[in-house]
Amino acid sequence: MNYVIIGNSVCGIATVEGIRKLDKKGKITLIGNEKYKAYSRPLISYLIEGKTDLNKINYRSDEFYEENKVHTVFGKKVVKIDNDEKKVVLDNGKEIFFDKLMVATGSKPFIPPIAGYETVKNKTSFMTIDDAKYLMEHIDISKNVLIMGAGLIGLKCAECLLGKVKFISVVDLADRVLPSILKKEEAKSVQDVLEEKGVKFYLENSVASFEKNVAFLKDEQVLPFDILVTAVGVRPNVELVKEIGGVVNRGIVINDKCETSLKDIYAGGDCAETFDISFGDKRVLAILPNAYLEGETAGENMAGGNKTFDNAIPMNSIGFFGFHIISAGTYDGEKIAIEEDGNKRIFYVKDDLLKGYMLIGKVDKAGIYTSLIRNKTKLSTIDFNAIIKEPSLICFDKKRRDEILTN
Amino acid sequence: MKRVYVNEKWCLGCHLCEYNCAYANVGGINMYLSLKDKKISPNVRIEEKDNITYAVACRHCSDPICLKSCIAGAISQEDGVIKINKDKCVGCHTCILVCPYGVLHLTDNGVMQKCELCTNNGSKTPACVKGCPNNAIVFMEK
Amino acid sequence: MNYQYAEFEVVRNDDRCIRCRVCERQCANEVHKLVETKKGNFMISDETKCVDCHRCVSLCPTRALKIVKSDLTFRKNDNWHESNIKEIYKQAETGGVLLSSMGNPENFPVYFDKILINASQVTNPSIDPLREPMETKVSLGKRNHGIKRDKDGKIVPQKYPSLELNLPIMFSAMSYGSISYNAHESLARAARELGTYYNTGEGGLHQDFYKYGKNTIVQVASGRFGVFEDYLETGSAIEIKMGQGAKPGIGGHLPGEKITEDVSKTRMIPVGSDAISPAPHHDIYSIEDLRQLVFSLKEATNYKKPIIVKVAAVHNISAIASGIARSGADIIAIDGFRGGTGAAPTRIRDNVGIPIELALASVDSRLREEGIRDNVSLVVGGSIRSSADIVKAIALGADAVYIATSALIALGCHLCRTCQAGKCNWGIATQVPELVKRLNPDIGSKKLVNLLTAWNREIKELMGGMGINSIEALRGNRLMLRGVGLTQKELDILGIKHAGE
Repeated sequence: MNYVIIGNSVCGIATVEGIRKLDKKGKITLIGNEKYKAYSRPLISYLIEGKTDLNKINYRSDEFYEENKVHTVFGKKVVKIDNDEKKVVLDNGKEIFFDKLMVATGSKPFIPPIAGYETVKNKTSFMTIDDAKYLMEHIDISKNVLIMGAGLIGLKCAECLLGKVKFISVVDLADRVLPSILKKEEAKSVQDVLEEKGVKFYLENSVASFEKNVAFLKDEQVLPFDILVTAVGVRPNVELVKEIGGVVNRGIVINDKCETSLKDIYAGGDCAETFDISFGDKRVLAILPNAYLEGETAGENMAGGNKTFDNAIPMNSIGFFGFHIISAGTYDGEKIAIEEDGNKRIFYVKDDLLKGYMLIGKVDKAGIYTSLIRNKTKLSTIDFNAIIKEPSLICFDKKRRDEILTN
Repeated sequence: MKRVYVNEKWCLGCHLCEYNCAYANVGGINMYLSLKDKKISPNVRIEEKDNITYAVACRHCSDPICLKSCIAGAISQEDGVIKINKDKCVGCHTCILVCPYGVLHLTDNGVMQKCELCTNNGSKTPACVKGCPNNAIVFMEK
Repeated sequence: MNYQYAEFEVVRNDDRCIRCRVCERQCANEVHKLVETKKGNFMISDETKCVDCHRCVSLCPTRALKIVKSDLTFRKNDNWHESNIKEIYKQAETGGVLLSSMGNPENFPVYFDKILINASQVTNPSIDPLREPMETKVSLGKRNHGIKRDKDGKIVPQKYPSLELNLPIMFSAMSYGSISYNAHESLARAARELGTYYNTGEGGLHQDFYKYGKNTIVQVASGRFGVFEDYLETGSAIEIKMGQGAKPGIGGHLPGEKITEDVSKTRMIPVGSDAISPAPHHDIYSIEDLRQLVFSLKEATNYKKPIIVKVAAVHNISAIASGIARSGADIIAIDGFRGGTGAAPTRIRDNVGIPIELALASVDSRLREEGIRDNVSLVVGGSIRSSADIVKAIALGADAVYIATSALIALGCHLCRTCQAGKCNWGIATQVPELVKRLNPDIGSKKLVNLLTAWNREIKELMGGMGINSIEALRGNRLMLRGVGLTQKELDILGIKHAGE
């Protein structure tokens, strides 16, 4: 069997691991458009912060490709898939043939159309190791940084730059920070943490235009800056599949075996759409665990296995200066909020199921809640009143506990 | 693979497993020199309510969601044992987000710790098992 | 004012204490307590509650604890002992009968300790049990009187019901109620693994333990608790309990709080009601009456099971035993005055009955003299502390021994002698679920098996040294014993010579 994987990040690596569970011999070719070994994208803020380095940021050991007998093609981009002739074409014209193809092309930063954007000097996105290197080369304590986007990426960028630059401003259209995972009230506590450290927020606002390194905001404030970081979201890289007639919505459409609509072509990770069981429909779940689970599922199925991945939910863990926020699922249903010692727990319950939750501050053992959503545990079968106060296996009945502890 | 199994029926809630675990992982020449006046942070922990008590530690799942979710690639599986590379861990808490048993814990250094079946501290039998006075925690092949 | 001073002191080495609180969590008497103050956390102890059971000492992971006897003293007095004074204070306070548990701890002679065992030298070879066969199997029951033949001269086989033991040790009666479910399960499992028997005591047989029936002796006592057809059918032998070494002449009283749901079912009495075993069997006032019960039980079980009659060792024990041997019983069990109990009036426990060694020797002699020794087997109990005690008992005439206190010690009992409180920290003499669970029968049965296996090895070593290769050949072989420091009267009763003779 001849496997080709496009994408050398988490989903691509998981595909390799999935294939190798079942097929130790088949030929695997892994194509990555960056020149690096697979590294962990979410770690680039930690790289700037100094919590990791260029060696430790690698997602797998140095021997990974060799041990798994993976033929690597790094620094090359796939420009075309030819599913009739079962080959992909690289930007240097080289062709690579496949029996099974994995598309794990990820996403690209979205650059909003803003007048004068092209006049800005010193600008970057915040997604790749090169972006991080760019920032590390350009920042110093005299610089003012403007970040467009108060989402997960924008705020992690702000956190890692604090103390390393003179001033950080964050602009976002939304009325709160982390709009994708937090509601207004909870978002405020996160905003407070960052504001206390000196980040200045311009919310419900946006850059109307740039004139070189000065931003003119919608509300007519004027913000001069030295470096611009654009973190307003990402767009799935769907073109390769779309061009040859594969079904694509916002992301590439896949089933629970991670097959696309095209024979022998699989997809997963940030470029694909996943069925979110908490939401009840397909959507792009651009989160790392999802990328891994889809890569692994695709890999096993490419190698002849019969694996399904059918309990995806959105989930996130993010922290700023030791202040943690964990969230999962969909905020749909009856809201139950508990606050104690400044820690918040908010749950959304519907049809005897936990649909979503967020924990602000104290997040210990949060996975027990996550598992309630993923396993669609009927809340009437557990001591729900106790579990919302303190996540613990003791809230399950003895039978379930015994299954956990003695199996 | 030999795993740690907990039999709630025999757990006395004495918490000795926690102290034996903490000592095994802190090391030293005796327990009181190592643990005196310290807040312990064991990998095995007792949960209790009313008269129910039992110990919980990593189940070393054959399908480890923590490993698959780790954003730093810091969690690995060697001979079935789920291990965490504290050097690579950045303390992002994603493992805490996904572990259905709540068995990963934050260390004082801001990274995660978990049970590695004492493969990391030189004990042949996990310390919690060795020290359990009532065979409530056993180490066996099933 | 309370004159009850703490008997013990809890000594905590604070350099070693890591405040893990295992002592606090594990003490059912609530001796230890963590106190959090601004200056730090301290462990304090209420020593008046300490019974010296060593649960905390055993579990303390840093060996920070020891319990010592308080050296608080009364003015020296060789007549008025400290215990006399303290007991008077207690009774003056409460107006009650003093209760105690386990065996008589007072300073009476222990004859086993004044008897020495022989060994072969030069003229008769000793036997190496590792190289040569050594039989420790014992059959208990009536033995054949000579050979009977039919009119054609063919031998008529005479088969009496019997108990077959792989080793001359059985677990004696301890009721479910006085000891815990897990203690019972430990005994039952050990008996099965060892090829011997345990005894239900007078508390009936828990449903879960019917499966151990082949290794069970079921008891019929004056209260008749839990006795019905299935119960009698299930056991391998039936024991009629006439008396108990720790409290001869009185009955038993299991307080209502120990009659939990399960105990109530097993005993067939209501939950929470006191279980009172009368002092006598109200239908037995003579050997003839006893014979009626023996044969009723035999009739009820189709003459398939041996009947044991258990009596306490009292002054005229040999005459009593002679009567029992004629009552149709197959086995006589004699319980010496050191035998244990879950609760007995202190005065009775400490002052009534006689030593098992003397009782055994005199019963064995009497039955031989009367030519009825083979009518019955003799089983003795009442503080068998080691394999040497067993060898001495067998040489004095016993067929096998009953052990209970030794077995409980193997299960973790530290002889704190407060069973009557029902708060046994070792999960043995208690019905409190959180305490009962402290005795895991996986561990308990293993320890019992270990103990008896070790003792059996030692018995073989001792027998081999004497040049004897079976229990059968040791039984009643008093020439193998010599006394030290005993009066001529004592030697005469024991039927042994003095060392050097």
